[in-house]
Amino acid sequence: MRYSGFKVIKEALTGHKGWKPAWRDPEPRPHYDIIIIGGGGHGLATAHYLAKVYGQKNIAVIEKGWIGGGNVGRNTTIIRSNYMLDGNEPFYEFSLKLWEGLEQDLNYNAMISQRGIMNLIHSDAQRDAFIRRGNAMMLNGADAELLDAAQIRKEYPFLNFDDARFPIKGGLAQRRGGTVRHDAVAWGFARSADSHGVDIIQNCEVTGFRIENGKCLGIETSKGFIGANKVASAVAGSSGRLMAKANMRLPIESHVLQAFVSEGLKPVLPGVITFGAGHFYVSQSDKGGLVFGGDIDGYNSYAQRGNLPVVEDVCEGGMAIMPIIGRARLLRMWGGIMDMSMDGSPIIDETHIEGLYFNGGWCYGGFKATPASGYAYAHLLAKGTPHETATAYRFNRFETGHMIDEKGMGNQPNLH
Amino acid sequence: MTQINRLAGGQIDRHTTLNFTFDGKKYQGHAGDTLASALLANNVRLMGRSFKYHRPRGPLTAGSEEPNALVELRSGARQEPNTRATTAELFDGLQARSQNRFPSLKFDAMAINDRFSNFLTAGFYYKTFMWPAAFWEKIYEPIIRKAAGLGSLSMQEDPDQYDKGFRHCDVLIIGAGPSGLMAALTAARAGKEVILADEDFTFGGRLNSETHAINDNVATDWVASSIAELASLPNVRLMPRTTIIGAFDHGIYGAVERISDHLPIPPADKPRQILWRIYASRAILCAGATERPIAFENNDRPGIMLAGALRTYANRYGTTAAKRVAIFTNNDDGHRTASDLATKGVHIAAVVDTRPDAPSGHNYEVLKGAQIVNTMGRLGLTFAEVLQADGSTRMLECGALGVSGGWNPNVHLTCHQRGRPTWNGDLAAFVPGGTLPPGMTVAGAAMGDFSTHAALTSGTQAAATALGVKAVNVPLAEDAPIRQTPFWYVEGASRAWLDQQNDVTVKDVKLSHQEGFRSVEHLKRYTTLGMATDQGKTSNMGGLAIMAELAGKSIPEVGTTIFRPPYTATAIGVMGGRMRGKDFHPTRLTPSHDWAKERGAVFVEVGNWLRAQWFPIAGETHWRESVDREVTATRASVGVCDCTTLGKIDVQGVDAATFLNKIYCNGFAKLAVGKVRYGLMLREDGIAMDDGTAGRMADDHFIVTTTTANAARVYQHMEFVRQCLMPDADVQVISTTEAWAQYAVAGPNSRKLLQKIVDPEFDITNEGFPFMACGNITVCGGLRARLFRISFSGELAFEIAVPSRYGDALMRRLMSEGEEFDVTPYGTEALGVMRIEKGHAAGNELNGTTTALNLGMGRMVSKVKDSIGSKLSERAGLNEPDALMQVGIKPLDAEQKVTAGGHLMNEDGPVDAAHDQGYVTSAAFSPTMGSMIGLGFLKDGSNRTGEKMRLVSPVTDLTIEVEIVSAHFVDPEGERVRA
Ligand SMILES: Cc1cc2nc3c(=O)[nH]c(=O)nc-3n(C[C@H](O)[C@H](O)[C@H](O)COP(=O)(O)OP(=O)(O)OC[C@H]3O[C@@H](n4cnc5c(N)ncnc54)[C@H](O)[C@@H]3O)c2cc1C
Repeated sequence: MRYSGFKVIKEALTGHKGWKPAWRDPEPRPHYDIIIIGGGGHGLATAHYLAKVYGQKNIAVIEKGWIGGGNVGRNTTIIRSNYMLDGNEPFYEFSLKLWEGLEQDLNYNAMISQRGIMNLIHSDAQRDAFIRRGNAMMLNGADAELLDAAQIRKEYPFLNFDDARFPIKGGLAQRRGGTVRHDAVAWGFARSADSHGVDIIQNCEVTGFRIENGKCLGIETSKGFIGANKVASAVAGSSGRLMAKANMRLPIESHVLQAFVSEGLKPVLPGVITFGAGHFYVSQSDKGGLVFGGDIDGYNSYAQRGNLPVVEDVCEGGMAIMPIIGRARLLRMWGGIMDMSMDGSPIIDETHIEGLYFNGGWCYGGFKATPASGYAYAHLLAKGTPHETATAYRFNRFETGHMIDEKGMGNQPNLH
Repeated sequence: MTQINRLAGGQIDRHTTLNFTFDGKKYQGHAGDTLASALLANNVRLMGRSFKYHRPRGPLTAGSEEPNALVELRSGARQEPNTRATTAELFDGLQARSQNRFPSLKFDAMAINDRFSNFLTAGFYYKTFMWPAAFWEKIYEPIIRKAAGLGSLSMQEDPDQYDKGFRHCDVLIIGAGPSGLMAALTAARAGKEVILADEDFTFGGRLNSETHAINDNVATDWVASSIAELASLPNVRLMPRTTIIGAFDHGIYGAVERISDHLPIPPADKPRQILWRIYASRAILCAGATERPIAFENNDRPGIMLAGALRTYANRYGTTAAKRVAIFTNNDDGHRTASDLATKGVHIAAVVDTRPDAPSGHNYEVLKGAQIVNTMGRLGLTFAEVLQADGSTRMLECGALGVSGGWNPNVHLTCHQRGRPTWNGDLAAFVPGGTLPPGMTVAGAAMGDFSTHAALTSGTQAAATALGVKAVNVPLAEDAPIRQTPFWYVEGASRAWLDQQNDVTVKDVKLSHQEGFRSVEHLKRYTTLGMATDQGKTSNMGGLAIMAELAGKSIPEVGTTIFRPPYTATAIGVMGGRMRGKDFHPTRLTPSHDWAKERGAVFVEVGNWLRAQWFPIAGETHWRESVDREVTATRASVGVCDCTTLGKIDVQGVDAATFLNKIYCNGFAKLAVGKVRYGLMLREDGIAMDDGTAGRMADDHFIVTTTTANAARVYQHMEFVRQCLMPDADVQVISTTEAWAQYAVAGPNSRKLLQKIVDPEFDITNEGFPFMACGNITVCGGLRARLFRISFSGELAFEIAVPSRYGDALMRRLMSEGEEFDVTPYGTEALGVMRIEKGHAAGNELNGTTTALNLGMGRMVSKVKDSIGSKLSERAGLNEPDALMQVGIKPLDAEQKVTAGGHLMNEDGPVDAAHDQGYVTSAAFSPTMGSMIGLGFLKDGSNRTGEKMRLVSPVTDLTIEVEIVSAHFVDPEGERVRA
């Protein structure tokens, strides 16, 4: 069913009797050409592009719970392509371009809002690094803008300019960055994939792989065995646990990241702000809540909940940079599991097991990647070769030393 | 008499009259009132507007679960949006304003949305605003965003203070109603350390709202005597006005104590609120229950509230919401409200009971088997339309309607570690179940023990079991059987509100089901049910029940959403505590700080340190003048710079040399005593981590220096290596960064200057103390000091360290002794210029992605030993033929600006990412070279000296021509440092 202005008006006037389920609720077939594990943003996007762009048929997305209940529905919804390194920037810029056309592509309003993102600068060294980054962005065809403190003050007069422990010395802006209604991304991709014949199977947990002679023949699930020519994992925070069932150990650590939302407030924040001298970033949702977050909790965990020290750390950062929020109230906090790869960059690759593919390692930044990740994964599954923007996202880069470490944190577990 | 709705009795203090304003209008109330109770007493029912349709709203509840009566409290910088009028304690001079309305609460233009509600159904946004594509950004979204939100921020800095603290106890009791008090008495009498916390300003919980007797006395007497006993015990801490906001791992509870919210402004030196982290061995959740509404057509008018809330207003606050009140209930509890109100002289229009077998009332009419099918009244309830058992309808005139659909246990905190409540069919409600947070027990109504007797009993039993102590005697109290047959909504109702704040109606749930959003999570996200500031405390159950019915499933099959912290919305300020403004992070001052300040130094934040950036002198108008002078003077004679901030780590033990040999990629095993060596340490992954020097003071004693930025990280790394990789080694490390004041004394006259203060028995001539020597010395007649002959500037230089307390004196002495050489203090800028001139790597080059090879130190990585990172640094990807190499950069035109962060492109050819050759890491004006210079990384850079390239920086709008040169601009042979 296409959504159109006409349809919306007609339904409003006739009691909304004509709306149909956004996607079907089918029982699994015994065999598919391609099975995607994980009904998050990436899994559903992969299905959409496989069906729509790569003309594949006979595809299923297998989700253990309800689609969109994982990180795609838990993140702070920021999209941007302000990356620096060769392996990353073309991919994220490709993603941003896909976002820009997504609503028309999906016939679903995911409320993509290019309200701009501003990374604040607090030291000369930070400025040097941001200039390098801004240049890398522009050389890759993305937009970037360097601002001085006075320009930022004009746009964000309520930031702490007068009493700051780490004064604001400028900022790097990406005006095309912004936010997206995260749930709508999952639903929009699901609806589109479904309309192209993809079976979305919810409440079906993958419990194992059937692997014979080094080849993956299908998956064991809570609804029984389902055969497939190709099985593609896209389970984000559950990557470690799922791939363990194929006896794979991944270069990935699992960490909790928390996010927060305040009570609804009349509009204060035009765009997204990141505080460069503490752990705090914030935007304001279309409903008025301040959506904010900070650093990971800092210990390995699969528990989708966080703890007070990081809540405090994030709010301290918020009060330091934006002391007008002291009397706003924190309404809700939650945690999601981050699939932290060793160099902070993702993996979209085949595995050593024939017919088994892997997409993960998105860390805290995979939401913005959703369309490109789906596109590139679909490309890999359909063509057998990496998409041109994702050639660096291979497993073997840790072996060969081709790490893509944007933050320079280091490619070893105890550093994250 | 303005408070026309006052009734007799209650806990308000009628002798204390308080003046307050709401939307500018003056009212009076009494001590003990909340804003909501005082407004109701003044016959004000309309207190707010809903989020989406801007429907007129009054309070639904008398507690923190309130969805409707949200106001902007106070004015000026203390303005506080979305404050629940139902919990805001009245104080004299209180100012409140309604919110989310324009121009006024009574006439709100945005209420037009209500007329378009057919369009604004659940999921509406996702289906529309897509045509034409460009309109979303420019037109639709700005309109939607403008309408967003409820209350507004003052846009001023919060003037109040917040504090934080820790508390510890054997048992934390959450909630001071009958079960909580019994649990507290049980634990306290057994000598346990008890904390009893309640969000309310009065202890007693639901007992404050009831007319029950305990031990044949008024229940509040029993509360008072129990509290008196608890207060007299040294092992009990009573915390009223304290909300337990979350149950976190390891038995840690977050608690927010409101110290001053009931006062006009916080008393001097008192915070507004305190965040307590309570470490509790056990916790007993006695959080009570929340009444649930019934959904019927137009069930959201001001005056329609929960029956239990009406009772609270009457019994506790001595007020009614109207003179004529009706009740709509499916259980006996609604009758209590009718009877209590009738006793106080309120006219009961009727009790509408859905049950055909409902009990009869002795002082009010009961319409059995009847339902309310609609209501009237634009800004407040006037009539309720009843569909009677015989099919006839009847209009009830009433200004208030109490609704009771039964009670839900307050399971919220049991879910905070993702435990899922379980369904109790007898109560038709979710009760705590699944895995509770370790150490937590639940008692009283929160457990589904609804009668007073049951609550008292379960309170003492829970404490006795949890703590292994004796239960106490349970006082006499009512023990009425609980009959909760579910009744969620009136058949046929469509504009019947579930989530009143977010305007989610029965119709929306139906649409959500129709479109396939059938799981609880989807329902919640698609309709926004339960996402409002009350977190669905009064609405989730109704939505769930309707979805279950539509799906033909039982409620537990549909599931439940779990609750997340905080229990009630919490000021962001209190979570930040005192860490704001200048106190966000501690400020570390160097030993010469006071002296530098006296000299008029300009300071800069370097991590947590504040360092002198340059020292302007009279006549200098631009920072560059000062910096150029400092560089030139140092290179010409002698300069002094405080370098205390560099990390200093003392490494001692028999295996100290072996340890450092493992840490650094170059050899340290054979370093002679009295010698310093430059060292580069790699991370496990073969990337350069930090550089610095290590001086061997004795066979088993090294002093390691790190960069300022990495001081903590290197120390952490060393501890990791020591404890995890070399657990058997005899080596100890300790950070001594703050213990020693350390100054660089640099320039051709540095030795002469030092000779004036180093005690004569120490030979610091070039022969006696050559380049890279170190030693323990004394200065100024016996003061213990350390001397290192190392140089960052490229000049003959020393670093001298004395215990920090002598740092100030030493600096002043160096300055006075140095007068004859025109000694010049220099700051971090000049330091930076000189190190760039000399080609020394610093933070910008050690950026976490560069290898020893990139830094031009590939040969330093020893092949003859195993050091951390050496193996992985051999990976092919890190050793490609065109690997980045550090180079120097000079503009062809000396006037032009070299920009750090600029990218290097070939002299000709396209300028884009595919043709990127490298980037500039550091740049500075070099007074020595007479132009700006830079350091950078260039592909195959060591073989491209002399090449002309373009330096491009589109983000700063700059392209210049540069020449690739050696990174060592000054004294490449290193003769000066050895002079
Ligand atoms: C608090 C927070 C804030 C974030 N903020 C941002 C941000 O601002 N910007 C940004 O770009 N990124 C952000 N992220 C990261 C981003 O959300 C994730 O990287 C991204 O959503 C992950 O991809 P996904 O959507 O496919 O994952 P998910 O939505 O988690 O999808 C994985 C799915 O796999 C399912 N699954 C798991 N195991 C199995 C199994 N055995 N069988 C079947 N199904 C299974 C799960 O149920 C889940 O639905 C944030 C993340 C968090 C937690």
